[in-house]
Amino acid sequence: MGGRCGAIFVALAALALVPAVATVAEAPFYIGLFARIMVFAIAALSLDLILGYGGLVSFGHAAYFGIGAYAVGILSYYGVNDGIAHFATAFIAAAIAALFIGFVSLRTSGVYFIMITLAFGQMVYFVGIGLNEYGGDDGLNIARHSNFGAALDFDRPVVFYYFTYALLLLFLFLGGRIVRSRFGMLLQGVKSNERRMIALGFPTFRYKLAAFVMAGAVCGIAGALFANLTLFVSPSIMHWTRSGEIMMMVILGGLGSLVGPVFGAAVYLILESVLSRLTEHWQAVLGPLLILVVLFSKTGLYGIFAVSRRRSG
Amino acid sequence: MKKYLAAVASLLLFPASAGAADNVKIGFITTLSGPAGIIGKHMKDASELALMMLGGKVGGVPAQIVYGDDQQKPDIGRQVADEMLTRDKVDFLTGVIWSNVMLAIYQPAIQSGTLLISANAGPHEIAGEKCAPNFFSASWQNDQTPEAMGKFMDDQKMSDVYLIAPDYAAGHDMMSGFKRFFKGKVVAETYAKFGQSDYQVEISQIRDANPKAVFAFLPGGMGIQFVKQYAQAGMREKIPLYSAFTVDETTLPAIGDAAEGNYEVGFWSPDLDNPRNKEFVTAFRQKYNYWPSYYAAQSFDAIAMIDRAVAAAKGDLADKKTMIAALEKADFPSVRGKFKYNTNHFPIENFYLLRIVKDPDGGYVRKTEKTVFADHADAYAGECKMQH
Amino acid sequence: MIYAIEQVLNGVQFGVMLFLMAAGLTLIFGIMNLINLAHGSLYMIGAYVAAGVFSATGSFLLGLAAALTAAVLIGIAIEIIVFRTLYERDHLDQVLATFGLILFFNEMVRILWGSTALYMPVPGFLSGRVELLPGIPYPAYRVAIIAVGLAIALLLYLVIARTRIGMLIRAGASNRVMLGALGINVTLLYTLVFALGSALAALAGVMAGPIFTVESGMGESVLILAFVVIVIGGIGSIRGAFIAALLVGVVDATGRAFLRPFLTIFMGGSAAAKFGPALASMLIYILMVAVLFVRPQGLFPPRGL
Repeated sequence: MGGRCGAIFVALAALALVPAVATVAEAPFYIGLFARIMVFAIAALSLDLILGYGGLVSFGHAAYFGIGAYAVGILSYYGVNDGIAHFATAFIAAAIAALFIGFVSLRTSGVYFIMITLAFGQMVYFVGIGLNEYGGDDGLNIARHSNFGAALDFDRPVVFYYFTYALLLLFLFLGGRIVRSRFGMLLQGVKSNERRMIALGFPTFRYKLAAFVMAGAVCGIAGALFANLTLFVSPSIMHWTRSGEIMMMVILGGLGSLVGPVFGAAVYLILESVLSRLTEHWQAVLGPLLILVVLFSKTGLYGIFAVSRRRSG
Repeated sequence: MKKYLAAVASLLLFPASAGAADNVKIGFITTLSGPAGIIGKHMKDASELALMMLGGKVGGVPAQIVYGDDQQKPDIGRQVADEMLTRDKVDFLTGVIWSNVMLAIYQPAIQSGTLLISANAGPHEIAGEKCAPNFFSASWQNDQTPEAMGKFMDDQKMSDVYLIAPDYAAGHDMMSGFKRFFKGKVVAETYAKFGQSDYQVEISQIRDANPKAVFAFLPGGMGIQFVKQYAQAGMREKIPLYSAFTVDETTLPAIGDAAEGNYEVGFWSPDLDNPRNKEFVTAFRQKYNYWPSYYAAQSFDAIAMIDRAVAAAKGDLADKKTMIAALEKADFPSVRGKFKYNTNHFPIENFYLLRIVKDPDGGYVRKTEKTVFADHADAYAGECKMQH
Repeated sequence: MIYAIEQVLNGVQFGVMLFLMAAGLTLIFGIMNLINLAHGSLYMIGAYVAAGVFSATGSFLLGLAAALTAAVLIGIAIEIIVFRTLYERDHLDQVLATFGLILFFNEMVRILWGSTALYMPVPGFLSGRVELLPGIPYPAYRVAIIAVGLAIALLLYLVIARTRIGMLIRAGASNRVMLGALGINVTLLYTLVFALGSALAALAGVMAGPIFTVESGMGESVLILAFVVIVIGGIGSIRGAFIAALLVGVVDATGRAFLRPFLTIFMGGSAAAKFGPALASMLIYILMVAVLFVRPQGLFPPRGL
């Protein structure tokens, strides 16, 4: 266990220090980059809850990200700038959507589940494109950040950075408690053998749905953060390929670890940025890389650290 | 292991050259990957050619173009723009194919004071109330091109026209632009799914509605499919097909003879008769061995504009006022010939009717037939309250 | 009235095209329990090779032969390199690994053939029109697509249900281990089935080339539709795929043609204009959700094929 804890501690400490380092090096760009990584890390860890622990392969997770982002965007469009209103709406709207979608989708399993979540994701995407009032596929510019009062002024990148950091820590902590709780155990039991769980008398559907809603709501918060980060939302963030990207972050980082997705988000986003600078054919590199990770390293990067630490320590 | 990775990553991320003040950095945002990468290729080739012809310098100062791939996604475009503005600290930002990408990057670009020169996108918001002094268009305002087609068809006293476009913001804008000048009867206005591949349903609809003409806006792969299927259904001989941004040098190679005889409309065509354009097209064909599209022409002009601006400011890149004043004069050599800038920094230019004809060297080209609109200004300049 | 029939015919033709894609997908999934997102890439490779060979030689048939050969070879290659490890893994791994293949192939065709879409015309002998319905000239090529699709459907049915090889395939689907124990080379069998699936995908790509755009990423949109079809039809069932494909095709076509006029009756012109196109885009997904809600295993979940 020591190796893993060490890796987590180093990573989180490093994240805490980024703004200081970036300011000293006169490269404020990195504050934005790492804020972005943390936003996607929250989205990825929310997916990990249902994917890694629950075995639910949801290919429509980006929809909740988009719903959260649009909650902020649409409220702002109507002049409502209050931060609590923004984030509460994002959370609740995403939760309701997840409740509805989960209720219908969780009746299926396997590839049927994958397809139906993809279908719902695409439907949300098409609704977004059809909403001409809010820009349609031109997207929506957001005039002001969420307003949390003078204490939390998001116009200052460092403030936003630490707010996101705090939320990341919160969700990691809460997530850790959930997966180690009775609920979490039951969820993992459903993943490994659902029939046995049903035979033991557990209402598996309810557990799956609860997890699904939780994951969707947290992803909605990630979306609200994203809207504040870029001050712009467009339906393209809800396309099924974006759901695939979030999934890739989870896999790269380490399925079923909650912390792994943080690494995964960092590696994926940095790699994408670096590779696309090097060559316009960067997808030809990313593709095989992903295949290799899937084929050879089930536990992702996080798993690699844990193993190597244990061997050396 | 992690520390090693972090070190390598940061080495790769820090900008290559820091603080070469005598160097002009031009940020060029375009789409380089995916099926729309062909447009990015045209733009990249043209801008590199332009810089090469200037001896690698703009306004006498050595210059470097940094290309960024927006992957046709506005939020990625926004991220790329942020990188270019804050990390690479570019002196000029240009390129931008898609209107939604332009709308995403507009605010940060304008607020940073950097000169933003669009080499394609021209959404109406930035032609109107959001206009800004440090923005210039090297192309057009989106509505101008379909407006020209609308005017042409209206002048021809055509009526009963069938409209088709994809169901997204630009699709709707194009059709409103058309209807602004076309006063005849519109038989139907169909919006097909974005990215749709099979148009047989819509073609059957067209045959059933029996219009006198069809006006289509279907960019990229959508246009290729529609035009091919339209011809295969035998419709071409029955109902003439007019289009905008649908049959151009990026899609003609794939459409082939299915486009022969079709009409398009645009502000530029490879055969436009002025010395600068001849110079451009000849040099482009010689270097790259394919016909440049208007995307290429616009990018070529954008670099020429940057050259003019830097020359006027005598290399002082902080002197935005002089650069803006120089650009407003529109006295740089442009592939479209002489033109003027409107108060909102969008061009007042000619629009021509183009016909797709066989190229003696093989393949097909767009040939200018006549001027439809001389010195056409966009419809939104009145909403621009920019101070001068 | 004739117009309505024409639109239904359009739907049938689109459905048959979808079936060509879906057949290979459902075969591979049903027999080998393998989700293969790279099926779209094999479709794309089929189209690209055919277009390339056609440009070089001028012969559509030569292009077709080359495309099928290339797809089979590439299919076997990725089966050996990537899929042998994936058979035992769960679906998520398969989805991700094959997603990686999509990225790779999309860029490879751009590297090999450039970024411009390729030119591929309808073969000369099929470029005319046939009057299937009075007064409606229908493109001969599309009639040919319907004919080919129906022929393939029949062929697949005969092979799977009536031949020894088909029997082995069905046996391998229900109990691989037992089949191996009986001395059949199951590995070889799987490779064979994968080759067949790849050939079907390439055939769909070659047929699509003249009417659709031959460009990088052309497989993705068809792939999603094909998945929708096999999910509605029941995974592993060729019959289900056929019926679902026709259903999806007709629903999509009639939706695009008639939804807006239909909505106009209820909500007036401008509202219908706003909602019509968006709803029409979503119609297929709504259909899938509706089917799965009632029958979570699809319309014809197979017990064998």
